Amino acid sequence: MFLGTILKNSRNLSSKVNGHRLQSTLIIAEHDNEKLAAVTRNALTAAKKLGGDISVLVAGTKIVSVVEQVSKVAGVTKVLKAESEDFKGFLPENLAPLVLATQKRINATHIVAGSSAQSKSLLPRVAALLDVSPVTDVIDIKAPDTFVRTIYAGNAIMTLKSLDPVKIITVRSTSFEAAGDGGSGSVEDAVPAGSYEKGSGSEWISQELSKSDRPDLASAKIVVSGGRGLKSAENFKIIYDLADKMGAGVGASRAAVDAGFVPNDMQIGQTGKIVAPELYLAVGISGAIQHLAGMKDSKTIAAINKDPDAPIFQVADYGIVADLFKAVPELIEKVK
Amino acid sequence: MARVLVGVKRVIDYAVKIRVKPDKSGVVTDGVKHGLNPFDEIAIEEAVRLKEKKFASEVIAVSCGLPQAQESLRTALAMGVDRGIHVEVPQAQYDTLQPVHVSKILAKIAQDEKIDIIIVGKQAIDDDSNQTAQMTAALLNWPQATFASEVKVEGSDVTVKREIDGGLETIKVKLPAVISADLRLNEPRYATLPNIMKAKKKPIKKLTPGDVGVDISPRLQVLSVEDPPTRQAGSILPDVDSLVAKLKEKGHI
Repeated sequence: MFLGTILKNSRNLSSKVNGHRLQSTLIIAEHDNEKLAAVTRNALTAAKKLGGDISVLVAGTKIVSVVEQVSKVAGVTKVLKAESEDFKGFLPENLAPLVLATQKRINATHIVAGSSAQSKSLLPRVAALLDVSPVTDVIDIKAPDTFVRTIYAGNAIMTLKSLDPVKIITVRSTSFEAAGDGGSGSVEDAVPAGSYEKGSGSEWISQELSKSDRPDLASAKIVVSGGRGLKSAENFKIIYDLADKMGAGVGASRAAVDAGFVPNDMQIGQTGKIVAPELYLAVGISGAIQHLAGMKDSKTIAAINKDPDAPIFQVADYGIVADLFKAVPELIEKVK
Repeated sequence: MARVLVGVKRVIDYAVKIRVKPDKSGVVTDGVKHGLNPFDEIAIEEAVRLKEKKFASEVIAVSCGLPQAQESLRTALAMGVDRGIHVEVPQAQYDTLQPVHVSKILAKIAQDEKIDIIIVGKQAIDDDSNQTAQMTAALLNWPQATFASEVKVEGSDVTVKREIDGGLETIKVKLPAVISADLRLNEPRYATLPNIMKAKKKPIKKLTPGDVGVDISPRLQVLSVEDPPTRQAGSILPDVDSLVAKLKEKGHI
């Protein structure tokens, strides 16, 4: 029934919002009930390129401080808030109906979020309910309907025109600056309580976050990454030591993650995180296509590898062909 | 027992260095080695394991695409899938076929085949969209468990460990549900020669998008496909000292 209704009606529904009118963007804020995530600030900068009003939807179980943070971000016109226990764990089944109800009210031309695990889960779900083809991981906006994104692990760049009446996009954080403070958005309820139904069938159980005092990978100015060449989890300590000396975030190749040297959330690449720091230092990483996809937009790339033919040297600005177990301790000694 | 549907996409092999067409209309696919999308292999493996654990009664693989997609379905069948459905899309339409279309096809087939669990890969390594699972779940109004690195089925509850930005999270979804497979979910098996032979006898049903009532008209217009900017050739330095000097010069340290 449900599917049939969508297949039949959605085209008509969307055509109603078509037509010439001013752009307006609905941004879905990401946060942990305390702090606004950096990716949302990047999404805001992208939204400014679209033109028009920017409304930011903040949903969660405890959002007072996040709402305040969002209202101060430069460029925010309006903060739409929705606080409920339903949003525990930010489950897309519960958030999607809220986004839909909000969209029905404000009729935005664009729905935007930063590319993160959370928005990758949520936005396509919202898009399907609006019968829109989402455009994920956008790296540039040429026009309100024309977007640039990478395909084939960053080995080709596609410029596309979205033909849908509402554009739903997620933006790659490393391609847009983070919006700073200096705004004064108004705050109101997203939609009246009870105007949408929460989803069913899913329940958030628990979270195990990796604890680290090091800079967040996405925003670190320097990233030091280790690969298979480290040989063991114990040996990975020299990467942490070097990173600490340089004030860097720590990343890893898929090989290092699969071998159990480090947790999954440190993986950089096509299917892991995408970073573009000032300096990326690859240690014991060969440089497979899939890894390069996650770091080749770094400003400077340096590599330490004992194999002179390692593909990483084809993208590295500076390379040393050396045994990392000799070079890294030396580097730790000589940095600063 | 549950009925499981897996999504299968034929893509350019992950190890191939792709080439952009000179007319910027796309990437060269003719004569290029293709294979199963690696994430779909993981999805197939998980589905077959559910059958081996006597949780699933039947595993059906669906692929939407060119006639050659049948090869990918055969691989799935050789891995242990019971039967295939090929929703054939001609080249002209395939170029603009997107998750929005595929998810509608999967959702319709899931209803027709009375499916309880849909498993797809978290993303295809060609378009890198990462959308199909989420969109299929939305269309069916089923819960979704994306980026799964561990799946435990107990009765009608599925407990899923998910890979998220800061670590891992555990959620519980009620069947019917859609799962998308992350890299760490399992180690896909190789198809053995006897199983490849057996797979030749397994049925593949051929359908068109029209047969399942899905409109595949384009939702995007590809304006151009280009090479990414190439990086300036770098230099190999003789020792750590010169690296430190260069990094200082650049103001990185």
